[in-house]
Amino acid sequence: MTEAAVQAAAKVSLRGVSKRFETKKGVLEALRPTTLDIAEGEFVVFVGPSGCGKSTLLNLIAGLEQPSEGEVLIDGKRVTGPGYDRLMLFQEHALFPWLNVLHNLEFSLKRKKNLNRRERREVARYYLTLVRLEKFENSYIHELSGGMRQRVALARALAPNPGILLMDEPFGALDALTRDELYIHLQEIWQKTKKTIIFVTHNVREAACLGDRVCVFSNRPGRIKSVFRIKLPRIRMMYDPAVSAEGARVLTELKTEVHESVDPRKSNEKTVNHDRILSLTGHTMGDGI
Amino acid sequence: MVFDRLSELIADHSLPVAIACSLKRLCLGYLITLAVGFVTGILLGWSNWLRDSIGTLLMGFQSLPSVAWVPLATIWFGLSETAIYFVIVMSSVGAVAMAVSDGIHGVNPLYVHAARTMGVRGFGMVRRVVLPAAFPSIITGLKLGWTFGWHGVVAAEMMQALPGLGFLLYMGRELADMSQVLGIMFVVIAIGFLVERLFFATIERRIRERWGLKTK
Repeated sequence: MTEAAVQAAAKVSLRGVSKRFETKKGVLEALRPTTLDIAEGEFVVFVGPSGCGKSTLLNLIAGLEQPSEGEVLIDGKRVTGPGYDRLMLFQEHALFPWLNVLHNLEFSLKRKKNLNRRERREVARYYLTLVRLEKFENSYIHELSGGMRQRVALARALAPNPGILLMDEPFGALDALTRDELYIHLQEIWQKTKKTIIFVTHNVREAACLGDRVCVFSNRPGRIKSVFRIKLPRIRMMYDPAVSAEGARVLTELKTEVHESVDPRKSNEKTVNHDRILSLTGHTMGDGI
Repeated sequence: MVFDRLSELIADHSLPVAIACSLKRLCLGYLITLAVGFVTGILLGWSNWLRDSIGTLLMGFQSLPSVAWVPLATIWFGLSETAIYFVIVMSSVGAVAMAVSDGIHGVNPLYVHAARTMGVRGFGMVRRVVLPAAFPSIITGLKLGWTFGWHGVVAAEMMQALPGLGFLLYMGRELADMSQVLGIMFVVIAIGFLVERLFFATIERRIRERWGLKTK
């Protein structure tokens, strides 16, 4: 295949994308030039320590921020702002508390000018059924559990039928049981709808469970350091030993990175006298309050 | 005594007429306040620079009692309806504008981000996302604005020879009629209380229920 053909096949194409933020303390380099192609229908996971620029890269793809250098291409077209073709799911659900569940879904369909009111409702109900929450269409957001809220948020993002779903640690705030259920659910929906999904997390096992490809980020200023291809059959389970093994591979790569950055020889932190701190705070054994 | 005087005032229609006149003025004045207050509040919420300059000025204005606007209104507009409307609007517009601008400022940016990715922009963002998100705090200012407006009507009517509750209060004082003064004061309190309880408290309760905020 020629290079042009590869480019044409990419759904999302990052070409030397970098991001610097101007802060009061000076220029903060959040993301070093990054190049990556993501195919249509692919499930790609960005994994890395906090502050490594993975969320920044997601925001750049979403068009919520503009790259300092390079460009983001979607279907070969340059991204200049947020678009209907790529919707984002946040760690907090970002559902609107002033609307009920059904109206929240319809909200994301308002910009579809070809739909009338009845069709909007029909589409909203379809996606609510897809996430198995059809019984809750009249509920307000605070009446739902954390997992249900993320499912509504997923349905709201799916409803306008975007080609790309961007997910920024969407299950981070949920308990483990609910999360396991949602991993299965997300894989089912992904297989059914054939979306391109870009998923950000710092959990390596989550990355191995969900991704076709896992991109490991280096510390700030971040860049994609290595890419793992996970070739396990779907639907994958979190507790599957094969998933754990893949997760461990990713973790090893990630750990070398984290260790490099906290190497004591490189840090110039003052040594702390623990005994002195404890005596300052009056920590004495057996001395009841 | 007080209630005898009140029933006399009802019998000769002066009390119903006064209540109707005062309420009509307040309602119209309040509508103007809402229009001006929302536009100002949205502008203040939008721009930090405006907020720092005009916002501070508005805060200062709010420390001025309603009755302090009456002399200025009388000089500018004479003994007229316009003067009363001026007092109502000036008394209440600060509270509404500040509540709208503070409310907008406090909106969780997550909602705005989410809406932006869903293709909402410009005035649609204000109307469909920012204002609804800010409404629980805006409603407090709307209630306060109504109360200040009510103070304004009564204060302004006392100085103007136009039918209204303030005027009945003024006449009571002129005739040294204690029963009338106390009776009208009671009516003013009762109306203020009823509107707050029946109208604003209901809206506030509905919003709190819908959002799942703690109900008092």
